[in-house]
Amino acid sequence: MKMTLALAQINTTLGNVQKNLQKHLALIQQASDRGADLLIFPELSLTGYVLQDLVPTVACHPRDDDPVFRPLLEASQKLDLMVGFVEEDERNRFYIASAYLSRGQVLHVHRKVYLPTYGLFDEGRFFAWGDSVQAFDTRFGRVGMLICEDFWHASPSYLLWLDGADLFLFQSASPGRGLSEKPDLDSARWVNHILRAYASLYTSFVAHTNRVGFEDGLNFWGSAAVYDPNGNQLIEGPAFEEALTLVQLDLNQLHRTRARLPLLRDERTALVSREMGRILSDRSRSSGR
Amino acid sequence: MNASPDLTINTELAQRILTGFIRSEITRTGLTRAVINLSGGIDSALAIYLAAEALGPQNVLAIRLPYRTSSADSLEHAQMVIDDLGVQSMTVDITPMVDPLINNFADMDAMRKGNIMARMRMIVLYDQTAAFKGLAVGTGNKTEILLGYSTLYGDSACALNPIGDLYKTQVRQLSRAVGVPAAIIDKPPSADLWSGQTDEGELGYTYAEVDKLLYLLIDERYTPEECIEAGFADGFVRSVVERIRRNQFKRVLPPIAKLTNRTIGYDFLYLRDWGT
Repeated sequence: MKMTLALAQINTTLGNVQKNLQKHLALIQQASDRGADLLIFPELSLTGYVLQDLVPTVACHPRDDDPVFRPLLEASQKLDLMVGFVEEDERNRFYIASAYLSRGQVLHVHRKVYLPTYGLFDEGRFFAWGDSVQAFDTRFGRVGMLICEDFWHASPSYLLWLDGADLFLFQSASPGRGLSEKPDLDSARWVNHILRAYASLYTSFVAHTNRVGFEDGLNFWGSAAVYDPNGNQLIEGPAFEEALTLVQLDLNQLHRTRARLPLLRDERTALVSREMGRILSDRSRSSGR
Repeated sequence: MNASPDLTINTELAQRILTGFIRSEITRTGLTRAVINLSGGIDSALAIYLAAEALGPQNVLAIRLPYRTSSADSLEHAQMVIDDLGVQSMTVDITPMVDPLINNFADMDAMRKGNIMARMRMIVLYDQTAAFKGLAVGTGNKTEILLGYSTLYGDSACALNPIGDLYKTQVRQLSRAVGVPAAIIDKPPSADLWSGQTDEGELGYTYAEVDKLLYLLIDERYTPEECIEAGFADGFVRSVVERIRRNQFKRVLPPIAKLTNRTIGYDFLYLRDWGT
């Protein structure tokens, strides 16, 4: 089976959901015209990233009675979508979230589990932590979504793998940093190491898209990329510029790679569970030894 | 440990990010133009090369702001940049604005005079931003910001600063790459507030030396002890660390005394780019 995946790397207007929504709808039309089956947007694509006290004013609900999600759900009749937004739950907690929309339905919402609150990041101050990592079925197979810092921890992607994900969709608003003599920033290189490693270790497809533009002094470096189950980079979007990058995925590559390299077949999940239980049974050490 | 860290940067990448930054942070305010106090030194030269590339030279105004003791070289070097880039330019002699204030105080020392000159330049610069409908682009580098080697509300005043995360060593490297004339890159850096003044003479060490130390302390998070262990002189390390701490006030907005439940700076938090 083949599918055409489109990666949107966009700039956003900070705190102006309507303006960002219009950009989403325009790109959805473009991607649809170019034959995309699935279009993915970066983290917080509907709001912008450094929201601080804007968080409560930009939150929405991934339902068809929501004025932001209604047009997106209508647009998802044409092609599947993954968008980034601020979700407010029924008890008024705010999450960094991504929603997967298909044929007018919300198939899944992932709430960012790991909120970086160190260095230049201050997410834990403004957002609630997500508390679940689950794969879900789509018309292209089983998918797992993670948001930026989530994939800097090894466990969420591992859980998604065991939960059946063959296609990993990652979204970021990654501030560019780490200028050296090398032709790319440290932050771009670090992310691409991880994407390639996951594709290789999980013998799966890994797709990532990332913001561009500036918010005050922060730059976002774009360079959306897709890796195949052999760990090969299939495509990379341009750095720092808005772009819509399309790539065809041959999902049968999962079969060929796993016939050669049965890492999933040989994964010792009972051993993992047993050892995890042993390591974490010492209650004084909740994060391991 | 490495007492000689490599501060080399990829200049193409730096240029791309910094011109993008200037373009984005000016145009999102609804403006399209920049105004720069072009001193004839390397920092403002680099800033204006980046601004001219980002906005087009016709959208950049270079202002030369000499005082009667300013060196002739400074004016000439600034003119070289103006001619090379084709930016708009103007020259305003600050002497008749500065001297009446200085002459009021017989005992005024060189530092007070220098601060008055720097702040007078700021007044002219900001007035021209209104006339030219542009934003003031800053010219302070990471070394001088960390060491506090600037006048508060004077040369440090700006609307945005493209070069404030580059050490002086890196300013030199990027200046070479963007085509700043060699005469400007090679001369000893000077605030040019009085004749014969040089930055390195006043600071007591060279930029090449202190940049390596700052890089380890700030970027690599070495402790002062680790810097000494890596080969830097004890007294040098201690004096730089103290100088960084003492000048923190120049790097932050003045603290507001908190009284209410929501106070600007503490729990009223928005980026400047809010809504754009």
